[in-house]
Amino acid sequence: MDDKVKEPMADMAEQLSGAAIITAIKDAGVGFILSVPDLHTAKGLLMPIADDPDLHLIRVCKEDECIGISAGLSYGDKRAVVLIQYTGFLYAQNAIRAVAAEHRKPICLMVGLLGKPPGVAPSDAQRIGVRAVEPMLDIMGIPRQLIETDADVPLIAPAIIDAYVNEHPTALLIGRRPVAP
Amino acid sequence: MMNRMECLQILADHVTDEIVVATYSSGTDWLAINDRPLNYFAFGAMGLASSHGLGLALACPEKRVIVLDGDGSLLMNLGTLVTIGAVAPKNFVHFVGRNGSYEANGGAPIPSQNVDFAAIARGAGIKSCHSFTKIARFEAKIATLLKAKGPVFADLVVEQGPLSDRDYSDMYAPTRRFAFRAALEGGT
Repeated sequence: MDDKVKEPMADMAEQLSGAAIITAIKDAGVGFILSVPDLHTAKGLLMPIADDPDLHLIRVCKEDECIGISAGLSYGDKRAVVLIQYTGFLYAQNAIRAVAAEHRKPICLMVGLLGKPPGVAPSDAQRIGVRAVEPMLDIMGIPRQLIETDADVPLIAPAIIDAYVNEHPTALLIGRRPVAP
Repeated sequence: MMNRMECLQILADHVTDEIVVATYSSGTDWLAINDRPLNYFAFGAMGLASSHGLGLALACPEKRVIVLDGDGSLLMNLGTLVTIGAVAPKNFVHFVGRNGSYEANGGAPIPSQNVDFAAIARGAGIKSCHSFTKIARFEAKIATLLKAKGPVFADLVVEQGPLSDRDYSDMYAPTRRFAFRAALEGGT
């Protein structure tokens, strides 16, 4: 989607490691990644995931497919992460509302906040769509974590594990472009 | 043109331990014919039955997954055919009841009555694609379809069903999802 956006000026003292995120995903027992490409996470996450023999990447056409596939996988005790951009999150709202929020399925959303400057809260982002993500999650009662730097990566595995153990959705908002491994 | 209930009855005569994923009108009709724990009713957003089914097929490779979709539903998620074609689950059979209408939403027609769903599925990379307009031919082929290497896609040209309001509450009851999970875990 939106491929004309460059990463806003970042605080170079901090970074977000794609490799560390992938390790955290694996630590949570995730075997499937369901994704529509996102410029924000393409190099740092999607491309290395595609080359990772421990992760089964399913490339879908539209983001709401991920929600149904993830629900089906959960009945066979297979864990998945839905890797999408915030625009795809907005597109898939009805599926997220129905399957994740109302039916309390363990849908784990990893949402790239393309265009959000590092260090700026999503609520203060210039883009309406980025600002809309957190309130929409809050309305649906979906817990969220902002993953902005390597210091936030330890939040990922416990959030995913809790979602599957206690049967509820969760959202991990990727606030800065991950660095490729 | 066929009657959907007749098609589903023929299918029911051949179903044993498969997972059956059904939605909307196909779901209520299937439930009336064959109420069993391994039925999975695609809850939530319209159009996602085949996506739920794909997830189940990947999670349970030892089980065959049969999806009972509708043409209106499939049109809301047409990209699913490309995804299924690419993933190519061997244990996946996708039936689409083509009645040319959004039956569950009051019977308004779908945007075109000339959609060749089997051709679209074939173009999306699904090799085993079929279309049935006569019940005798469907009955003759059903056993083969259910045993064929997937993914299998079959377009069933059916009459529109009754447009009376349907009660989906039983179909979507949490107890059914619990029973489904228990049946999967129990291997029944």
